[in-house]
Amino acid sequence: MPLPDDYLTYPHRSHGMDQDLYDWDPADRRAPVQLASGVKAMATIVIPLEFFPLNPPGEPFKHPGAMKTPYPDLRHFTTRDYGNRVGVYRLLRALETVSLKATFAVNAEIARRYPPLIEAVRTAGHEIAAYGVSTAHIHHAGLSGAEELALIENTRKAFPNARTWMSPARNQSFKTLDLIRQSGFDICLDWEMDQRPLAMGTKAGEIHALPLMNELGDFKLLLDRSQSEDEWADQILEAARFHIDEHEQRGAQCFAFTLTPYAAGQPFRMHAVRRILDGLANMDGLAVATAAETVDAFSETKT
Amino acid sequence: MTRPDPNLYDYWPYQGRPKIEWPGGKRLAFWIAPNIEYYEFDPPPNPQRQPWPRPNPDIIGYSQRDWGNRIGHWRLMDLLDKYGMRGSISLSIGLIDHHPEIIEACKARNWEFFSHGIYNTRYSYGMDEAQERAVIEDSIKSVQDATGDRIRGYLAPALTHTERTLDLIAEYDFWYSCDLFQDDQPQPLKTRTGKLVSMPYSLEVNDVITYSVQGWSPQRYTDILIRHFDQLLEEGEESGTVMCIPLHAYLVSQPHRLRVFEDALKHIAAHRDDIWITTGAEIAEHFREHYWDQSLADIKVRGVTTGGTGFAPA
Repeated sequence: MPLPDDYLTYPHRSHGMDQDLYDWDPADRRAPVQLASGVKAMATIVIPLEFFPLNPPGEPFKHPGAMKTPYPDLRHFTTRDYGNRVGVYRLLRALETVSLKATFAVNAEIARRYPPLIEAVRTAGHEIAAYGVSTAHIHHAGLSGAEELALIENTRKAFPNARTWMSPARNQSFKTLDLIRQSGFDICLDWEMDQRPLAMGTKAGEIHALPLMNELGDFKLLLDRSQSEDEWADQILEAARFHIDEHEQRGAQCFAFTLTPYAAGQPFRMHAVRRILDGLANMDGLAVATAAETVDAFSETKT
Repeated sequence: MTRPDPNLYDYWPYQGRPKIEWPGGKRLAFWIAPNIEYYEFDPPPNPQRQPWPRPNPDIIGYSQRDWGNRIGHWRLMDLLDKYGMRGSISLSIGLIDHHPEIIEACKARNWEFFSHGIYNTRYSYGMDEAQERAVIEDSIKSVQDATGDRIRGYLAPALTHTERTLDLIAEYDFWYSCDLFQDDQPQPLKTRTGKLVSMPYSLEVNDVITYSVQGWSPQRYTDILIRHFDQLLEEGEESGTVMCIPLHAYLVSQPHRLRVFEDALKHIAAHRDDIWITTGAEIAEHFREHYWDQSLADIKVRGVTTGGTGFAPA
């Protein structure tokens, strides 16, 4: 049996995107923008605070950081939990030392389980972004609208004032953007198709995608790919310098990267974290800012 | 029924904890845990995990581990002697019968023994309570008979557990568990009975993780150990920290690795005045005596107490 005839029909085959969430706008056809502050580039540090249950359902896939060995996988449960009780406090201190603010993407389960952690993040003046219910509550197209809405409402309840949303495992259904915009989020960290915040259209209004670079992820580089701490730090600093150097040609741009507490917050990685933070804090032409500050700064740009 | 959360310990923010001081005012308690393991040639299957990556017999895997016992262990023992460091042995209890010469050599050095199951090819998955008790009782008795020592620590074989494991070892008056990796300081565990300490075992710098899982080079492992140590020593100024180096002679004692690894020990030994070079049981004993109550009190005030015990929420 060959494939059905319509396998070779292409209903969206025309100029531009095959979806209507945003327009095609290639880098060399657009006017460079300038930030009111005069900085050439912006960087956002995203710190995920995640709850990994011992019995993840694995629907529609297991979160990359989820349990690996048979139940009860105390090894991975406690290794992940290390981030929320020890590693994150090292990161908070390192940020304080160089007076930088980050965006903490927090699972609702973490907010409910660990109020002293949320208090420490808030008191230090960082942004808190809503990050779904937990790593075991992945948004995907197999959920009904009502099921997904319940996840978002559950999350919203834990973070009544958050503007920024990140989906668990950065996974979405076809409805996620409509539903989170409807719930009042106007910034999203799941999509990374541009080097500036990009407004995406939803039924409830615009939502801004801030590019969180998957290829710079600490979990991916340090744990999946086993790169060294020095290689990892070099790449983040190079990304920042690259945008400063490209400013003359392309104008102001931004990027975001993760510092995952159970990975970056290990004692033997803190020297690299300090090097990254020192490097960014002292880089001429760069502003390190939260997701919300970055989106706001870019919405006031001039061409 | 499975549970999302083991409820084995309460949330306790690392920052601002009351001070722990190790004996002599030391800032960091440092211990080395050589895993002295016996892997069987033709182990029985476990329904939840195959003993070897290849079907039995897995010749490379088996003989490399035997190399660890015949050659590697003796090199590692010489190295620790050179730096005046005692090992806390994570012991496959069955090895006592196979290789008593190793036990004698460790005992002569006043090393500590703790249980790592009977064989590292027999897993806890699927055991009922009586079977798990049999493993624990066998562990206590076998070490007692061979050395006169009462074991006080436990690391489940191949890190395989049941929901009961920690309750049972607490009931048998074990002092510490190496099975949980949530912290760089000891903490009371919520067992039904007993006074069981969660002992930092520093899994992320375990040589199986670094050499085999992460695939790091000897030099990189040494760099990481030094950085890990330096960070924890610095933090130990505020409240005493614990660093463990969990080792496997079949990996670390390889001819291309051991001298590079020695550089890490040299670095650590050079800070001898600031650190307590000790064993797992000595750390657990000190913590139980001096910091158990202080920790519980602080968790109550600054942490989140949920009540109940492991796998039995309030």
